[in-house]
Amino acid sequence: MEKTTSPTIEHKQRLTISNLNFYYGPKQAVFNLSLKIPTNRVTALIGPSGCGKSTFLRTLNRMNETIRNTRVEGEVLLDGQDIHSLDVVGLRRRVGMVFQRPNPFPKSIYDNVAYGLRINGYKGRLDDLVEHSLRRAALWDEVKDYLKKSAFALSGGQQQRLCIARALAVDPEVLLLDEPCSALDPVTTAKIEELMFQLKDSCTMAIVTHNMQQAARASDFTAFMLDGHLIEHSETSKLFTTPTDPRTEAYITGRFG
Amino acid sequence: MSSPRILWRKSLNYVMLTLTGVAAFAVVSVLFLILGYLIWNGGTSLSLNFFTQLPKPVGETGGGMANAIVGSLKLLFLAAIMGLPVGLLAGVYLAEFGGKTFSFVVRYTTDLLNGVPSIVIGIFAYSLVVLPVKHFSALAGGVALGIMVIPITVRSTEEFLRAVPGNMREAAMALGASKWKTIATVVLPAASGGILTGMLLALARVAGETAPLLFTAFGNRFWSQGWGQPIASLPVMIYTYAVAPYDDWHRQAWAAGLVLLGLVLVSNLGARFILARTKAV
Repeated sequence: MEKTTSPTIEHKQRLTISNLNFYYGPKQAVFNLSLKIPTNRVTALIGPSGCGKSTFLRTLNRMNETIRNTRVEGEVLLDGQDIHSLDVVGLRRRVGMVFQRPNPFPKSIYDNVAYGLRINGYKGRLDDLVEHSLRRAALWDEVKDYLKKSAFALSGGQQQRLCIARALAVDPEVLLLDEPCSALDPVTTAKIEELMFQLKDSCTMAIVTHNMQQAARASDFTAFMLDGHLIEHSETSKLFTTPTDPRTEAYITGRFG
Repeated sequence: MSSPRILWRKSLNYVMLTLTGVAAFAVVSVLFLILGYLIWNGGTSLSLNFFTQLPKPVGETGGGMANAIVGSLKLLFLAAIMGLPVGLLAGVYLAEFGGKTFSFVVRYTTDLLNGVPSIVIGIFAYSLVVLPVKHFSALAGGVALGIMVIPITVRSTEEFLRAVPGNMREAAMALGASKWKTIATVVLPAASGGILTGMLLALARVAGETAPLLFTAFGNRFWSQGWGQPIASLPVMIYTYAVAPYDDWHRQAWAAGLVLLGLVLVSNLGARFILARTKAV
């Protein structure tokens, strides 16, 4: 039923998803989805609300398992290993996640970043890693004198970058971003997009976004989803200029969704 | 100018506003009336002796209720170590783990337990702790109060845990924290101010209980000889002194009432202070 085109560039794949189905109770939310997410590139997932893109993203670090009465079928390979055979704690350390709304813990800035390291029993020098992570999230210069202050004192954009720093602290191979800018203003959004660009040399990213300009600006590959099906997947420049499926064209030209 | 209907509506509005306002004022004034009456009657008997001396033998005037003040604190301590952990953990279960049916049963039972008359809980503690050893004890009083602390703690803990946004749990889990680790390192600390407040209020609530102590902790005119022996408490002391035929004892009962109310007010204010401070974080 669906046509899926693979990215044309030959590239190493970090995540390979084959025939993925996902169910909330009796209701199926993702249908027979196959997709490759290339290493150290940004893959954007676009599609109208409720098309299953967030659900799909959350299967990649098995976050959906925290919801009762859900079921997943199919295979997700992370560097060749099926994620469902991995220990979930180890998996989530390798596949980090940033959420739609900034969700810092009610702790100090420092403790937020150190959290992932501490619960994983990291014994090395926390200070260095906290600084390194905050630098990678382009937040260090703004907060270096306030590390002991509550994370809630930061602005929304700073909080979101703190959440990125927190995710980066455990040095994940993959970073999943679930509409990370939808609650932020354009200036902050630009900062986060720039940050994603810089992270590309060390991190594979998959971003769910409602903002097609954002997908066009910030991603290398784009996948378009509709009603739980993957409709089209190709290089971002190609998908936005010469979509092969009429539904993709209809969506990106704003005729629905 | 305005039709009778509008006039009627306006005056009804006015009458209802007045009625509700008077009721609201009555609520506030009851507390201040009690407080004023206590200060009026008990304030004069309240001296340093009241806090440092034992009760005088019958017939002599003066003396204090040092043993009852310490006794009440000891009983509250027992109630705290017995009731608070159970209440806390059950509250965590309800908020974080519980399935539908069993949680409903637990919640319903908790509400029922909260509604059990305190004297019935007293009888229960009496038959459980006092009868087997055949004498009253501080321990029995602690058990009775501890049982009463549980339902209040359960419900307040559950409520404050539920108020912690779900996205914080998600954040912790996405970093690889297990469910229990998420609760222990993120959810409980986030709700700690509220939970602590609930506990303090639960203790304040049972601090004034008299009925369950009458035949468990019983009372004592001297220092208690240990956890297994009868012990004095402020509420029981108030009861004993208030019904006695001596004017001096009546005054001391008022003073004890004032101290007890002060204790409760202080813990209430403390609870509010903790809550306000943690909300600001």
